[in-house]
Amino acid sequence: MATYVLKRLGLALVTLWLLSVIVFFASQVLPGDPGRAILGNLAAPSAVAALDHQLGVDRPLLVQYWTWVTGLLHGNMGTSYTFRAPVEPYISAALVNSIKLAALAFVIVVPLGILGGVVAALNYGRAADRVISVAGLSATTVPEFVSGIVLIVVFGVALKVLPVSASAGTGASAASQLQHLILPAIPLVLVLFGYIARMARAGTIEALNSDYARTAILKGLKRSVVIRRHILRNSLLPTITVIATQTGYLIGGLVIVETLFNYQGIGNLIFKAATSKDFPMLAAGVLVIGVVYMVATLIADVLYTVLNPRLRLGGAE
Amino acid sequence: MTATETAAAGSVDDLAPTLLVEHLEVTHRVRGNDRRALRDVSFQIGRRESYGLVGESGSGKSTVALALTRYLPRNGRVTGGRISINGQDPLAMDAAALRAMRARTVSMVYQEPGKALNPSIRVGRQVAEVYEVAGLDRATAMDRSEAMLRTVQISDPGRVMGLYPHQISGGMAQRVVIAMALAAEPALLILDEPTTALDATVEAEVLDLVAALREDFATSVLFISHNLAVIAKMCDRVGVLYAGELLEEGPAQRVFEEPRHPYTVGLLRCIPRRGQRKDAGRLDTIPGFLPPPGHTLPGCVFAPRCPIAEERCREARPPAFPVGPGRSSRCYLHDATSDLPRNTPVDVELASSRDPAELVVVLQDLSTTFTHGGERVRALVGVNLGLERGETLGLVGESGSGKTTLAKALLGLTAPDKGSVVELDGAALAAQARRRPREQLKALQIVFQNPDSALNRRHTVRHLISRPLARLAGLSGARLRERLIDLVRSVRLEERHLSLRPSQLSGGLKQRVAIARAFGGGPRIVVCDEPTSALDVSVQAAILNLLADLQAKERVTYLFISHDLGVVRYLSDRIAVLYLGRIMELGPAETVFAGPHHPYTEALLSAVPSIDGQRADRIRLHGEIPSAASPPSGCVFHTRCPRRLPTGICETTEPPLAEVAPGHLMSCHIPIDQLTILQRTEQDGD
Amino acid sequence: MTDVVAAPAAVVTVAHGRGELPGWRLLLRRPTFIAGAAILLFWVVCAVFGHIIAPQDPLAQQLLATNKAPSAAHWFGTDQLGRDVFSRVIVGARSILVISVFATLLGTVAGTALGLAMGYLGGVVDILAGRIVEAVLALPLLVVAFLFLVALGPSPLTIIIVIGFVFTPLIARTVRSAVLVERQQDYLASARLLGENRTYIMFVEILPNVLAAVLVEFTVRLGYAIFTVASLSFLGFGVQQPTPDWGADINANYGVLPAGYWWMTLFPALAIASLVIAINLVTDSIEQVLAS
Repeated sequence: MATYVLKRLGLALVTLWLLSVIVFFASQVLPGDPGRAILGNLAAPSAVAALDHQLGVDRPLLVQYWTWVTGLLHGNMGTSYTFRAPVEPYISAALVNSIKLAALAFVIVVPLGILGGVVAALNYGRAADRVISVAGLSATTVPEFVSGIVLIVVFGVALKVLPVSASAGTGASAASQLQHLILPAIPLVLVLFGYIARMARAGTIEALNSDYARTAILKGLKRSVVIRRHILRNSLLPTITVIATQTGYLIGGLVIVETLFNYQGIGNLIFKAATSKDFPMLAAGVLVIGVVYMVATLIADVLYTVLNPRLRLGGAE
Repeated sequence: MTATETAAAGSVDDLAPTLLVEHLEVTHRVRGNDRRALRDVSFQIGRRESYGLVGESGSGKSTVALALTRYLPRNGRVTGGRISINGQDPLAMDAAALRAMRARTVSMVYQEPGKALNPSIRVGRQVAEVYEVAGLDRATAMDRSEAMLRTVQISDPGRVMGLYPHQISGGMAQRVVIAMALAAEPALLILDEPTTALDATVEAEVLDLVAALREDFATSVLFISHNLAVIAKMCDRVGVLYAGELLEEGPAQRVFEEPRHPYTVGLLRCIPRRGQRKDAGRLDTIPGFLPPPGHTLPGCVFAPRCPIAEERCREARPPAFPVGPGRSSRCYLHDATSDLPRNTPVDVELASSRDPAELVVVLQDLSTTFTHGGERVRALVGVNLGLERGETLGLVGESGSGKTTLAKALLGLTAPDKGSVVELDGAALAAQARRRPREQLKALQIVFQNPDSALNRRHTVRHLISRPLARLAGLSGARLRERLIDLVRSVRLEERHLSLRPSQLSGGLKQRVAIARAFGGGPRIVVCDEPTSALDVSVQAAILNLLADLQAKERVTYLFISHDLGVVRYLSDRIAVLYLGRIMELGPAETVFAGPHHPYTEALLSAVPSIDGQRADRIRLHGEIPSAASPPSGCVFHTRCPRRLPTGICETTEPPLAEVAPGHLMSCHIPIDQLTILQRTEQDGD
Repeated sequence: MTDVVAAPAAVVTVAHGRGELPGWRLLLRRPTFIAGAAILLFWVVCAVFGHIIAPQDPLAQQLLATNKAPSAAHWFGTDQLGRDVFSRVIVGARSILVISVFATLLGTVAGTALGLAMGYLGGVVDILAGRIVEAVLALPLLVVAFLFLVALGPSPLTIIIVIGFVFTPLIARTVRSAVLVERQQDYLASARLLGENRTYIMFVEILPNVLAAVLVEFTVRLGYAIFTVASLSFLGFGVQQPTPDWGADINANYGVLPAGYWWMTLFPALAIASLVIAINLVTDSIEQVLAS
């Protein structure tokens, strides 16, 4: 099993490297000259050229790439064009904020999704199943800003029970922060619920139809015991992988939700960096979320291997 | 409670039957329509009695088992009749009583043992669960489980208890399932095709185990199978199901020796027996098809296919006539069954193009190696074989023998190792089919086992059969159409089938399409890879006869692969026996069967139950088939060979494949005269 | 007698071939399908005939009637430039539907071809393409999409190409899995024994069998396409003003939402929601019919 983990890690690093290449060269396509963008249209060409030289953007692409990558490995993510300051503090602060929001969403949606999926599977074909399935599916594909707006209108404007802004202000208490984060978390919960519930449902149905479930029932075990002891541990295995891969959608969702609620998270940061052509910030941000995603999938793969006896141990004797 | 205590305490007197089924009717609801799966089925099983329910697909035999434990699928329900198990009615019970019945009174063993065990829970825990349901605490339950595993002849049960299901073999898994089933000391044990998924030698052991345990535990047994030979071996009484109705019932030996229903007669005639060959003593077939599910025919359900059906048979459903002590038959004409007219002639002239001097295919030193899960597995090791022109060479072996790999290497679907020689008409064949010229592709074709997988379900039959005509035979236009019709007729299909898709055809018809396709290009050698294993017995007979007829007509050579010895003997001129990728024995069919034969062949033959009568338990192999990844040293069979030489040579040296008689080769250290003496003293003339 | 115990969910049916196309008649009997298809049809009509149906000119700015709440004159009120929201919602169906449908079509065709190649040809093609696919998928599609749009400029054509490009690996992955299942089947071995070349095998033998999976993928991706197009518009990378577009309108007007001006964002939002839900109902019905 250790070899598997190492292999996965190796593959992940390769993918990471590919990612860095894609990010770097993709952002080179961004039109506009950084020096010009910073100094504005009225600046003298010589000043622009000097700044460009200082920023190092007039060197060959491969050299720039190499500088960037080696800098990254030393923890230097570059200097923001917009803020003229190192990128790291912005990124880390934004990351922390996003993690708070994402964590809240996950804490709500994972148990809810699993419960919904299992309940739907146990009521296969009946009303409860159809409602959960269709509702889950619909919730998943309604864009976050749409549900966000409806939520803002209902809870923020009409009923005025929850704060509309996501930021509680600096130094606010945990409870207050939580209160502010609820509205932005809900659209994320809605989108993720569908995926998780669908996976849990499919896994549970497969387990219910299996021969070993039949064996368990015909042993005379109570239904609740069969579900708890035999079904769940087999049905939830694939769900775990899904949860980790949801990080991708989650991050996309963060971009939307943070923009709508004007929350200083990493999604918002990337968006602003793209529109203001702040390449170092953009590249660093995109790379960071790529890393987060790959770590999540790695953990999911390893977890799946550990929990599945077939993969953990050898084959037939 | 021990077995004796249970028997003594017995809920009612010993004369009351354990299972009583009266006029049982089960219906399924499919797409808004009701389809009757079982109709007026009545039988009973007495204490310690073993009852076999035999039937082909669509007979409803599994539905009976599901109805007894009230585990019908969501769209099925019992719409009539009564069931009584040990005096209780499962249909009228509430949830708690039903659970108690399932826990203590009735146990089931199903077909695929590996899947019947929860992959995430250790074996020991799963067996212990049965004891815990009965009220024991965890520690006692685990102890009893270990003891039970020993009872089902698992050596080293303590270790097995801690394993997961994927770590044990199929045979051992089925023992575990049997252990779970008998742990509850049930009054009724239901077995639904328990050994169909197992190899012959493993199957023999499991069946012996069941028979022995039945004695010890004083359990009544309901044994469901499509295999009449197994039922004959295991059961006291038998019931024959057809299209949801019980047509004949009685003591197993009597029913099989002297059947009293046209269907039973037909069924028995479909099974190849000793002495029957493709041209002498032909298998008979049952014409027509099963009635579609949910049919509502007014008369006898078998009438459309019965050779002696009369008007009254079609108008009114016959009652169950008593035809002897403990026997009944649902036929007006049950007295006329001894002389039932045949559907196919008994003896046929089959033109043979056999020429032992001409070898169309030569395999020399053929080896194949796979990497499976990081290990190198040698599926074939140094195989030397020649196919004579016009013959049928039967290839026999259990799982891991390499018989399918051999076929694939010959066809170019698997690449052989370097140094292997695969020749057609003296010319080497490229390792991959892609690289072979059209002439070579044309000469070698295959009929696969599973027609569902072998036919592209999105194509019409016309497309499927026309393609080889165009690609290999190079036909087009009118000539192609002509040949197409000709081919369709020779496999006994009709033109109307051409516009259908495989999903609209039955298993037998699909296999005919596959055969037509194989013959389309005009091949000289056809590999038949278990062509009838997935088919019902009655359909199998028709396909086997078809293959024999086609061989004569088209003058082809067959490489016939099967695990079913009876079928192989029926069709083959020569037989090769494979074990772990090596040829153990090769010779004329009758010689290989009659003996003297290789110890492995001997074991195989004695493992296979035959309907011809009870065989003395001669050779029983113990242990599992070794893994091909780490084969035993010396003679690969030595770990299970009951005739292993005491000198130790079998463990160290691999015996060469040597000629022990003209045309008869064997790979064994025991000299042939010694084998002859050993085997003759034990055999009863086979 | 009721089914008192946990009967298996499986149902005894006539054995059905894998991958049969949906029985249209069965589909039409389902209420979810009818509801979804009806809503879909409504929006398609709006997309095609919007300019005729809309009561007022969606581009006409009435500077004296800005930010008016819904009333008899303006059913959905007016936005910050005094334009009739109702008309804008009706006409706005066009841009989102056109872009989404073409983007999905592009992604499906390209993804199917790629998936077939990856699944059947395997080997180097599969491994190489697989690594690149994974690298691309490591980033949220939305992020990849708007990065490209920032570089290329948001025109309907570029949006279609970008989204189509971004969907290709996703669909390829699903098609590849379906192809891998088919590879186990013997009919492919038979085809090889007939000397069929690889292109024939991929497109004539395998493709018809994975079409059902492709169809389901198409309908599912269509929903995601709408999701993505709307989100991109919301971020400002969609269709540009003054063309009526649901996402773009929300982008223009969500700033005043906290101040209480809800109608100019809520109605386009509900329109998006209804379209997305309609597609899901249709997809769900198709999946249900295929499963039976």
